[in-house]
Amino acid sequence: MARLANWLRLAALLGAAAMLAAPAFEAAAGVDLPKLEKGKGDKCVEDTDFMRRNHMELLKHQRNDTLRKGIRTTRHSLKGCVECHAGAKSGSVAASKEDFCVACHSFAGAKLDCWDCHATKPGKRSVHQAAQPAASPLMPTSGGAK
Amino acid sequence: MSESMNSKPEGRREFLKTSAVVAGVTLGPGVLFYGVAQSRAPEEGASSANRWGMLIDTTKCGDGCDDCVTACNTENGLSGHTGPQDSQWIRKVDIKDLRTGYVQSLPMMCQHCENAPCVDVCPTGASMKREDGIVLVDRHSCIGCRYCMMACPYKARSFVHEPLTDQNPEVPRGKGCVESCTFCVQRVDRGEQPACVEACEAKGHKAMIFGDLRDPESEVSKVLKSTDSVEVRADLALNTGVRYQGI
Repeated sequence: MARLANWLRLAALLGAAAMLAAPAFEAAAGVDLPKLEKGKGDKCVEDTDFMRRNHMELLKHQRNDTLRKGIRTTRHSLKGCVECHAGAKSGSVAASKEDFCVACHSFAGAKLDCWDCHATKPGKRSVHQAAQPAASPLMPTSGGAK
Repeated sequence: MSESMNSKPEGRREFLKTSAVVAGVTLGPGVLFYGVAQSRAPEEGASSANRWGMLIDTTKCGDGCDDCVTACNTENGLSGHTGPQDSQWIRKVDIKDLRTGYVQSLPMMCQHCENAPCVDVCPTGASMKREDGIVLVDRHSCIGCRYCMMACPYKARSFVHEPLTDQNPEVPRGKGCVESCTFCVQRVDRGEQPACVEACEAKGHKAMIFGDLRDPESEVSKVLKSTDSVEVRADLALNTGVRYQGI
């Protein structure tokens, strides 16, 4: 009986390992993985594997830094994600099921509510322009507010 | 054994010495950088060395002009409707002296109080004040209880009742959260003026001056120092960031 339980445990472990390795064996797994459009640019701001697991942590960290502390770096900004990953057809990251965010999230069954508030399409001003301080009319060194 | 015992404190001393040197080096350029900077770098956060504020001269504010309101709506993606369930971050208010019949027109919005009642009452910490005095709502933790709307003496806050689409990428807004004037924080952070102030200036009224209240050299500080200005509901001792002249 104990031996059977051990066998079952081993089988479960193997199964779990197979599940984890699934992305590497797309055809063998027999599951239709989401087909993601390639983003603009050469590569993402972090490794793809790292982003798959940790993008939410980066975004959460960035959102607190930006909103509460006024730190406006662009490396992990949501606007940056949208600029690179907006779909070619829809121009959005969440308009259709093929779009970058929705494709994966519907596959994973994880509801995301970023887009209730945040724009799903890139704005006119790019993320780098937005962060770039202009010659400031607010600072006294440039002659004060006029 | 004795060697390692001796080497440890030495290593620590060395470390302290080198770190002191490093601190000195970084402090030098840091100070220099601060002196010449036009506006702060993106990685630099909001600092309590600044306090953003505004002076509104009601005698210059145009009767019937609502360019500040329109500019705010465009910048922040508001509908511009004024129904009971529509968001208004800035409103034009007419006040009339009933004895003399003298009518004045002035813009009213979040006063960015130092002792903000909305921040006081918020049960989740969503209503917050930045280091530089700008009062904001963190929509990530706002539960839409609207307690802050009750607490605000200026009726400055609105609640979003319906789902929104096509927001301005720089101004995320959504259903179920309270919102109010942000002093156009996205613009201030890159060294620009709020949209309302810019519009007022473009119209030629120049009724609004925006700037750093902590900087004695800023225009707003200079004007505040030389003219009489008041807080609305000064009796509440909120130390508002927005002050009025001529009321």
